[in-house]
Amino acid sequence: MADLFSYDVLQVTLLSLYVSGCATMLGSSIGIPLGALVGLKEFGGKGAVKTITYTMYGFPPVISGLVIYYLFSRSGPFGSLGLLFTPTAMIFAETLLVIPLTAGVTITAVTEIDKSIKDTIRAVGATPRQCVLTVMREAWVGLVMAAMIGFGRAIAEVGAAYMVGGNIFGETRVLTTAIMMETRMGHFGYALGLGVVLIMVAGAVFMFLRYLQEKELL
Amino acid sequence: MTVAVELRNVDKRYGDVAAVRNVSFVAETGHVFGVLGPSGAGKSTLLRMIDLLESPDRGEVLLRSRNVSADARDAHLIRERIGMVLQKPVVLNRSVANNLAYSMSIRGWDEKEIAKRVAQELKRLGLEGRARKNARTLSGGEMQRLSFSRATVYSPDLLLLDEFAANLDPRNVVLLEDMVRSYLAEDSNRAVVLVTHNIFQAKRLCHRIALMWDGEIIEVADRRKFFENPDDERTAAFVRGDIAF
Repeated sequence: MADLFSYDVLQVTLLSLYVSGCATMLGSSIGIPLGALVGLKEFGGKGAVKTITYTMYGFPPVISGLVIYYLFSRSGPFGSLGLLFTPTAMIFAETLLVIPLTAGVTITAVTEIDKSIKDTIRAVGATPRQCVLTVMREAWVGLVMAAMIGFGRAIAEVGAAYMVGGNIFGETRVLTTAIMMETRMGHFGYALGLGVVLIMVAGAVFMFLRYLQEKELL
Repeated sequence: MTVAVELRNVDKRYGDVAAVRNVSFVAETGHVFGVLGPSGAGKSTLLRMIDLLESPDRGEVLLRSRNVSADARDAHLIRERIGMVLQKPVVLNRSVANNLAYSMSIRGWDEKEIAKRVAQELKRLGLEGRARKNARTLSGGEMQRLSFSRATVYSPDLLLLDEFAANLDPRNVVLLEDMVRSYLAEDSNRAVVLVTHNIFQAKRLCHRIALMWDGEIIEVADRRKFFENPDDERTAAFVRGDIAF
């Protein structure tokens, strides 16, 4: 059992941040624009698309892991890339979980922007693209919230990370998989300590995102 | 004077409700054309069709004699020549200066020209000291004057006002009405269409007035005739104050 203040814990913590941070950025950069388009454009089947998006909130991580495992396994279509049991595969698996959450929260955020604001933006002559971008900026607090929820899902994820990462020490071990492993080994105190580190790391990231939310820096 | 706006036999329905029925009128440059009527008469729908935010189910909307449609791909280019102020003060969640700059920056104007016009408008609004404050910290009257400036700072040919001074204190009503007069006086090629249920405001601002009732225009006349010698008995009753809106 290692020391909580050791280099090993730091390395696992940094990898957790790296994987969940990348998954959040990748998932947000896909989910937020998709959510904005679904929320602001009128098209046939919009209600069904929204229902499917919200249903995907409950997308099981093991299914996400299974999909990525299949894609990157030796017999899968991307097997030759050799990405299985790497942080990249973990990022892809978590991204699949982040996309529906960020898209769904964005749909709600842009839909709730007052109609008079949307009308005014169009009335002053904004192009359709400018309308979407301006409404997204008006919904800034909601969009950062989407990223926060996405990050929360990614950092707390264990099933998919274990499946496609393999919990390899020094390579794919993150805080959640380490906690699971230490618990199985009966190191409850140490696992609990890692849990506290996980919550503190998540708290620090949420504080940063809250700062962005209030300051509207982006 | 030339024709700025012309509506020909325009109909608009929302489900079973006929919001606008067979409406025709002409608004000329240099004038404020008023559309008076009670809430739910279809006045705002009329303005939304002129601003190409809605398409009529039947009939034609002509701006400067050009038949236009909200469904056209270049609708936003036509809207660039139109300004609109709604009843509810609408400001974007950004600074006062950036609210003013918004309508010019989306047109890709030169930064120096934008800065110059923003400075002029801030001075006109008396908000120089609050340029960097979030516009949502302004009072309702200040927000509405800011909305007005944002809708006119890019010098549109046509200004559409939808109950733009309703629910404001008398001082702000006077200031906003003065802004309408200034807008019109700056260029003889401009026109204003004002929707209001306020008979006194119509009397103060409008050159020509239409009375709209249940989706239809029942009378259109110059201000003097409208108030002193209307053709329709309902207009006469309305002017006398026998019909309360």
